Formats: sequence, structure tokens, C-alpha cells
Amino acid sequence: MSEKPLTERIRPDGAPVTLSEYEQAGGYQAARKALGGMAPKEVMQAVKDSGLRGRGGAGFPTGVKWSFVPEGPHPKYLVVNGDEMEPGTFKDRLLLEGDPHLLIEGVILSSYAIGADVAYIFLRGEYLLAERRMKEAIAAAYARGYLGKHIFGSDYNLELYVHMSGGRYICGEETALLNALEGKRGNPRTKPPFPQISGLWGKPSIVNNVETLCNLPGILVKGADWFKGLSRTPNGGTKLFGVSGKVRNPGLWELPLGVSVREVIEECAGGMRDGVSLRGIIPGGASTDFLTEEHMDVALDYETVAQVGSRLGTGTMIVMDDKTCPVGMVRNLIQFFAVESCGWCTPCRDGLPWIEKTLGAIDTGKGQMSDLAMLDEHVKWLGPGMTFCALAPGAMAPLGSALKYYREDFERHIREQRCPWK
Amino acid sequence: MLSDKIKHEIEHEAAMFERRSGACIDALRIVQRERGWVDDQSVKDVAALLEMTPDEVDSVATFYNLILRRPVGRHVIRICTSVSCWLMGLEPMLAHLEKTLGIGLGQTTADGRFTLIPNQCLGTCDHAPAFMIDDDLHRDLDPEKLDAILANYK
Repeated sequence: MSEKPLTERIRPDGAPVTLSEYEQAGGYQAARKALGGMAPKEVMQAVKDSGLRGRGGAGFPTGVKWSFVPEGPHPKYLVVNGDEMEPGTFKDRLLLEGDPHLLIEGVILSSYAIGADVAYIFLRGEYLLAERRMKEAIAAAYARGYLGKHIFGSDYNLELYVHMSGGRYICGEETALLNALEGKRGNPRTKPPFPQISGLWGKPSIVNNVETLCNLPGILVKGADWFKGLSRTPNGGTKLFGVSGKVRNPGLWELPLGVSVREVIEECAGGMRDGVSLRGIIPGGASTDFLTEEHMDVALDYETVAQVGSRLGTGTMIVMDDKTCPVGMVRNLIQFFAVESCGWCTPCRDGLPWIEKTLGAIDTGKGQMSDLAMLDEHVKWLGPGMTFCALAPGAMAPLGSALKYYREDFERHIREQRCPWK
Repeated sequence: MLSDKIKHEIEHEAAMFERRSGACIDALRIVQRERGWVDDQSVKDVAALLEMTPDEVDSVATFYNLILRRPVGRHVIRICTSVSCWLMGLEPMLAHLEKTLGIGLGQTTADGRFTLIPNQCLGTCDHAPAFMIDDDLHRDLDPEKLDAILANYK
């Protein structure tokens, strides 16, 4: 049995871990240790040494991200990105609802390391159970002196608030999130300046994902070597991996980084349901490229998934079976991105609806062969570096890879002027 | 006019931010929870309270999926239309729902009981298909289950 530092306390009955249960299981030891005798720089160094990479999708090294925060000006802010809106992603929900004090302790450690005065948890507007449980846990932590003034008897003060989003996918992008938190439309900002220098209300700010922060207590108590040892690859730690689609046992599991696609789908999710077989996998949420059955033995870590042309992303896989139309599935994905485009830059605002209409035509038997060349061009013109933020390039990941792996399915729709799956 | 209770709640949120306008989305959510949707007068009232212009508040209100600027029924159904639910049978579910209620997406039943709205991924993909009615999440849906659930919302 491998260790599961993120989920080992989570109760099978679905109730949240209480403050006293969390402490009995060793909780808040890391915060006591850090605030009781470590300098913020030492906390930052411990996280750098662990090699922890952001679990929200981009995989940027967390300690390095923190190190760009300047020492001088105050206030500084820590913002928790709990805006889990990537289709197919359901991992942070488990941590928020199941073990809220783990996140609070992670917030304390991260805030202390960067010298934050105030922290916000930015939650999806639909995550109402998570909202209630986080607020209850925060109140309990304040009552015990773990938040507020002189926390754990130290000189360090930290206020922690929950903010509920109005609901837009773009708010997962960290600069759009900051605008949303300021009460504005969630359009992304120009970078530079990066949020570390000029973030919330122009003050130095760090935005970290929920799962990223939940890794910190373990790292601080048990150290970098322990953390690296949790993983099967040079990327340290465990990761929440999920599977949705027509598998026997859809779900979410904490596993070592570097576990293979096959192990997650066949051992954890029980393989495909009777009567269907696997045709494709979107490995890390809607904005990652398809992999196919030839990639079943790929190790799920940041570098290896990138080497085969996709991204680890959020680690929550969407499985496509052979009874599902690839054109219809990509159409559904593009519909999402077209609706969620913030409208700021032209390629995304105008390109995505054009693609959506074209896919709709192909899916309903009205496509032309020249449409495929047009789609290929859009994959290029909405790709990385061509747009203001990563939303449109994210949308092009499943489209571009579907045009590569399932091109004969697109062509068949056009040749037969119908969807062969209907 | 905003009630004293709503104003008090908005003030509580505004105190968490460096500037009062930071509470704009919170304020719109609070108004909507009390009234079901956000009318023009509420946009003006929130603007006055948070030292913003009505147009600024409306630019925010119209940006976010969960803020409703048109009247809705007593219960709002938010059906997840994203990829995992689509894979697991969204289309027959939605067809059944539309037939049962006699309305399409974006519409309200004649008796004002239900409004049906598409929603982006609800983040419960291992229990697809899913929808929310008001504040309640319902998962692992099928047409039969759906009828039983709807009966609980009068």
C-alpha cells in the first residue's frame, strides 16, 4: 500500500474531517513547526527542495513561483484557486468537502512563506457544500487561534476568506481570477507584470491550486526526500487521478505520480464496461490532447505525458469508447470553450464559434471535405502564442489531436453525409 | 429597494476586500438568492451601495453564468451539458426532461414551477449524468430517477 497524504484522513461516510480529528491524525503540526521556528525563506526552500509542481494543470514549480514575490511591500495576498471548471475534472471537490483543514493548513504555510496578510479561497459558484464546510472549518480554526492575529502564538497574522465565483471557466486563469476577485469581469490581464509583482489590487499575490496547497503540510513535516519518494518518477509526490466515461467503476484515487494510464483505467476504474472498448483518453481535463490505446503504458507525470503530445493537466481522465462518436465528442468540448471564451481577443471570440458551427455541420451530415483544412488552420491560428491567454490553445488540444487520430471518422461523416453513430 | 438584511450581508462581504467594489459578485449572488434573479433596480441599488456605476455592475452581472438577469421559475434546474455527462447519456436525459416539462433550454414552465438552464461541468464526473435543482446536486441520473426527483420540487 502506497502512502496517501492527501486523502488518508478522508472519511468513507462523506462527512468532513473535523478540526480535532485532523489534529489527532497529526494535523497542524506543520504549521506549528513553521511558525514556531522556521523563517519564511526556510519554508520556501523546503517546498523548492521537494520539487512540488502546481496541480491545477500547468505544473509550474510551486517554490519557484513563490520566490518571485518581493519582500518589501504590504499587503500581500495568497489566493486559492478552487474554481474547478475544466470539464471532466472533479478532484478539488473531494479535498474541499472531505478535509477542509488540510487546505487551511496549506494556506497558512503558503501565506507564511510569501508573507501574505490576507488569503482568499476562490470557489466555484456551484460548490455549495464545499463553501459551507470550508466556512465552518475556517470558523473553527479562528476560534482555536490558528487564523487571525498571532496565530499559533507567533507574531504572524493572517485573515482567510471564502469568495464564491459567479461562474466562468476563464476565472481559472490566474489573472482573470484576480479580476473576478476584485469584483470585475473575468478577463485575463496582460503579463508581465506577473501577479507576484502586481496581483490583487496591484499588490504582490500568489495564486495556488487547492491540491497544490494540500501537499504542503506533508512536505513541511516529513521533508523533501519523503515527498520525492512518494512518486515513481523525478516529479515528487502523489496526485489525484480520476476517470469518467464508460468504465466499470468511475472514480478518483490518490496514486504515485508516474503510475501508468493502464493501471488507472484497468485496476482502479475496473476497465471498460461490457460491450464497449476504449478508443481514446483525454488525460487531464478538456484542454488536453487525446491519447489512444497505444498510450496505455505511458507513465502519468508531467514530462512523459508531454513527450507523447499531451499534458498531465488536472490528472482527471475522460475515456472515449468505441460506441461514442469522436466528432460529436469534440463538438461538445468546443461548444464549452466557445461559450466560455471571455471575448477579449479575436481569434478566440470569433474562431471558436466558427469551429463549433463547422463541427455541427459535419456532425449532422452537412460537412464538406474543405472544412477539414479550415479546421486544421484554426488549430494553428488559435494555438499557443497566437491568443491573449491559454483558453483557445486549450480548446485546440482535443480538436487538433482528434483531427490526427480520428481523421477517418471526420471524413466518413462528410463522405456519407451523416453521423455513422446515429 | 434592497432590504436591510441584504444590505447587511453585502456590507459583511465588502469588509473582506480592499475596495468595496470587490463585493460586486457577492452582492449580486445575495440579491439573487433572495429574489431568484437580478432586476434592473437591484443593479442600480448594488451600484449605489458599492460606489460603482450601474453600467459597471451590469457589465459584471451579464458576464457570469450564475447571475440571472431575467425572471425564472420557483425552481431552477441546471443540467450539466459538459463532456462526461454527454458521454454518459445527457441527450436522452435532456430529451426526457424537455418532454416532461414541456419546455426547452432557457425556458420556464407555464405554471412558473421550473426554469431549465444548461450548466457547465458540475465537477462530479464520476457520477454522471448530473444536474442541480436550486442548491441541491443530483447525480447518477436516469429518466426514472429524474421523475422522482422532480416530484420533490413543488
